[in-house]
Amino acid sequence: MATATVARSARLDRARQVAASVTDPEMPMLTLEDLGVLRDVELTEEGRVVATITPTYSGCPAMATMRDDLVRRLQDAGFGAEVRVSLHPAWSSDWITPRGRQTLADHGLSAPGPAPRHDGPIPLSFLPTRRSLTCPRCGSAEVEVTSEFGPTACRALYRCTTCLEPFEHVKEI
Amino acid sequence: MTEPTTMNSTPDPSHLPDHDSVYDGLLGSDDSHWAFGTDFEDPLAGVDTTVPDGVDHHDLAVYCLMVADDALVMSQRLSQWCSNAPDLEEDVALANIALDLLGQARLLLARAAAADPTVVPTMPAGSPVPPEDALAFFRDHRDFRNVRLVETDNGDFAVTMARLLLFSTWRLALFQRLAVSRDHVLSAVAVKGVKEMTYHRDYAGRWFLTLARGTEESRRRLVAGLAATWPMRAELFTAHDVEQRVAAAGVGVDPSTVADEVDVLLEQVFGLSGIARPDIAPLAGVQHRTGRHGLHTESFSRLLAEMQVVARAHPMGTW
Ligand SMILES: [Zn+2]
Repeated sequence: MATATVARSARLDRARQVAASVTDPEMPMLTLEDLGVLRDVELTEEGRVVATITPTYSGCPAMATMRDDLVRRLQDAGFGAEVRVSLHPAWSSDWITPRGRQTLADHGLSAPGPAPRHDGPIPLSFLPTRRSLTCPRCGSAEVEVTSEFGPTACRALYRCTTCLEPFEHVKEI
Repeated sequence: MTEPTTMNSTPDPSHLPDHDSVYDGLLGSDDSHWAFGTDFEDPLAGVDTTVPDGVDHHDLAVYCLMVADDALVMSQRLSQWCSNAPDLEEDVALANIALDLLGQARLLLARAAAADPTVVPTMPAGSPVPPEDALAFFRDHRDFRNVRLVETDNGDFAVTMARLLLFSTWRLALFQRLAVSRDHVLSAVAVKGVKEMTYHRDYAGRWFLTLARGTEESRRRLVAGLAATWPMRAELFTAHDVEQRVAAAGVGVDPSTVADEVDVLLEQVFGLSGIARPDIAPLAGVQHRTGRHGLHTESFSRLLAEMQVVARAHPMGTW
């Protein structure tokens, strides 16, 4: 009995390790765990792995790929696997791990600040979103937003007015 | 909808030697990254789709179609700006907004199909087309329940911004209330949508202000754009019977309850922009029928034809 429990626990640890190492298809320097998309990894009674993921944005086209990658990597590691989608609670950029934020910075992307929280009606904001961020290339705080919408749903476009390089900021949501 | 992978008519490329593919270099070490959706992906896989007590299944499905169709058709209109926007940043922004709305539409169409499968068009036997795609691509115009605001032609950039301001202000107010729906799917879609549409509304509000306070020409176009959009406004706040029933059941929102909040926000934008609130009569329905009843404008037929033609040509296609 005790041996079976230990074996099961080791198997679950292994499944978690495999799932946690699967990378994001659009930002492959980040794992799904770094991104906060991987919410849970469990073993069923029969020993199948059930991984739960949460979409970053409603229309995120990478969701199907993430699911396929998880299933394939877990199968390669010898697990029968299925992926469930959890819509609640909604993903927040606050879920990106400290390691994920460091990795973003190492790759020239600016990490999100704290996500906005609202009670009651959300005010309309006419000025560019105020963020205190620095250029990931030169560290200057003299930066300006070019667009709140970037190459993927989760990124905004910025420009550094010191080194003149453009960079991307992962948006608060 | 789902990402295209293979279609019945696609030639089999497997006979080509490997070095013939110019895409090989793109694949990197993990080619699974390019195998988009190798089988049908149910966007609600693993989500609790039990219908809450006290709400009619068909009413819930029709309500989901209404909220889905608003997003789907608006997304299609916004997508028409791809490679046509005034500059690259706006092109990317409009495509992003369209993508968020498409994501909402997918979940809501899937939810409609799960609540009452009888709303899904009948497909030929053996067709692999999933319910969300059957709903998007195989319904006729009179079965679409979207408000007419989202279906009319894009016009110029100012018309599109005036419409986006009206649409996102209205839908954000609806979704803030829908966030506490007793239906788990509607609630989850709404909570997520509120976060996304806050960006959409800010974007439209800023452009509205910019165009109003820009040049004489930009202001002239904005005033004309708002005038073109305004007749479709009243319909946004007129509750259909289904909306009233699902609202009473604690599952949906009666749109007439958000009219005041939307008005306050619009007045704020108009005030800052120095634009007078239009005084234009609403677009009439026919015998009190409007978009929510399946009554649509002529331009909607053209939009649907373009959106549906490829899917309809391949009812047995796998995408
Ligand atoms: Zn710099």
